[in-house]
Amino acid sequence: MSATLAHETEDERLSPLERWTRLLGGGWIFALLIALIAIFTTLRPEQFASGFNLSMLAVNAAILLVLSVGQTFVIIAAGIDLSVGTVLVFASITSAQVMLWLSGAAGETYGTTRGGWGVVFIGLIVALASGAFWGAVNGALVAVAGIPALIVTLGTFGMALGFAQIFTNGTDIRAVPETLVDQIGSGTIGGVPVLVVIAAAVAIVGAVVLHLTRFGVHVFAVGSDKEAARRAGINVRRRLIAIYVLSGALAGLAAMMATARFATTTIGGHAMDNLSTISAVVLGGTSLFGGIGSIAGTVVGVFIPIVLLNGFVILGIPPFWQTVATGAVLILAVWIDQLKRSARERS
Amino acid sequence: MTTPLLEARAITRRFGHVRALDGADFAVHSGEICALIGDNGAGKSTLVKILSGADRPDDGRILLAGEPVAFNSPNDAQARGVATVYQDLALAADLPPFENLFLGREVMLPGVLGRLGFVNRAAMRRQAAEQFERLGVRLRSARTPVSSLSGGQRQSVAIARAAMWADRVIFMDEPTAALGVVQTGRVLDLIRQVRDQGIAVVLISHNMPQVLAVADRIEVLRLGRRVARFTAQEANVDRLVAAMTSGSAEERAA
Repeated sequence: MSATLAHETEDERLSPLERWTRLLGGGWIFALLIALIAIFTTLRPEQFASGFNLSMLAVNAAILLVLSVGQTFVIIAAGIDLSVGTVLVFASITSAQVMLWLSGAAGETYGTTRGGWGVVFIGLIVALASGAFWGAVNGALVAVAGIPALIVTLGTFGMALGFAQIFTNGTDIRAVPETLVDQIGSGTIGGVPVLVVIAAAVAIVGAVVLHLTRFGVHVFAVGSDKEAARRAGINVRRRLIAIYVLSGALAGLAAMMATARFATTTIGGHAMDNLSTISAVVLGGTSLFGGIGSIAGTVVGVFIPIVLLNGFVILGIPPFWQTVATGAVLILAVWIDQLKRSARERS
Repeated sequence: MTTPLLEARAITRRFGHVRALDGADFAVHSGEICALIGDNGAGKSTLVKILSGADRPDDGRILLAGEPVAFNSPNDAQARGVATVYQDLALAADLPPFENLFLGREVMLPGVLGRLGFVNRAAMRRQAAEQFERLGVRLRSARTPVSSLSGGQRQSVAIARAAMWADRVIFMDEPTAALGVVQTGRVLDLIRQVRDQGIAVVLISHNMPQVLAVADRIEVLRLGRRVARFTAQEANVDRLVAAMTSGSAEERAA
């Protein structure tokens, strides 16, 4: 017991450098987000801080956040998933086709069908399964065949999009169940958009799994040192496949959210999702080298570009500056990550 | 003499035309530090791999506490209390020491939460602190990642982990190769602590003064065979070097 106490008290005594790097590593990007919100709120309180605007911000972030939670697991495991956006497209096509085939008759509003909750539920299963399928392909090729994740997911990035276009001849499916669009896409629970509730639930469950469970510990271990994990008796292949399947299945969930929100599939709209999620994850302090990261950081990382864009639009700054600012913040984030690492290794 | 805890009898291992081991014998008793020395290519690594389950002999027998055994894998050997501390340590550098100690053997929360996969970090942290205390390992912090520790402390974590899960034999491959004088001293103290817990320690090293300082017994391999055995008292650098470079297989029983 005295040993425990000795260790505990020694933990309190951190060197100033350590404290500084911890603060910088843990909180500076969160501080930046708070600062951005504070600045925009001060400059345009009525527009920026209005309930409508904040809820639009959250809806804009929701789909990207679900994808980024999966990406966080993959990157902490020292992988990368470039295929998330087109897997989303693939899953939205397969699920929309199944839902269309099941519901048939046209709904009240133009461009919707009369599909009810049963049809939506089956569509969700199809979307999740389609996403998980591509995740399994990614995972198997990375973990068993040993092909670099960058190449594997670049390949499936193209394949998933290609199949989606083959299935549809390249035209979007515009007839989706009315229930999905009304209840999920533009519905609210206690004033909070349903899409935001789903994304928040995914982030919370993701954080619990990553930080509190054995699976989460193994994700960090695999990303930190694959060989060490293997020698410790962890089935590294199975873990890696599970991680990519998780990312794929979340892309499937995001597909249903996108279909619900836009009332159509969006074949052409997700080519940049992979880079958006990777930059959100990295902005949030997750290391591209694996072994370090958090879901909370990813949540912050998702909101930074969205808040920047929204704030710039409200302030009348050309929105093109948002991409410039996000790019600069991304480079800064990785630079600070590297400084942090070398500071730690020198200590 | 008592039955050795782990014994190799007439082990042969061929790689193509090369005989890495040519009827090698080896024995280690519980509660002793036995140094295994030999020139490059004498067969030390091959013998250690075979005795720790990472490789299999073409011929010969392995006895654990007098009983014949066949290790199918390092995990198999570990399950019977035989572990190896590799030269590259095999630690997950981004994880804190206590998570490394329990990696692959996490302590779960009791009840439903445990079955759902929730780990009990408080229990792991406490048991790890007890293990470090028992072995006299002093870490600056039990929470910062292993990558922030010094080389000697990392080596200590790796040894403490092996001692936590292997209660019989621990092989250590050049445990002080990359360390400075002070850190080497600490690691050697730790190795003695491990021995005093009743574990048999097999030390593979090129460093003769260090071997003489810490080992209770020394076995010498040359050209795939054991050519000499010394107790710590009768060994000196000249005799060890002579045995390593020109010892013949007609060894003198110690």
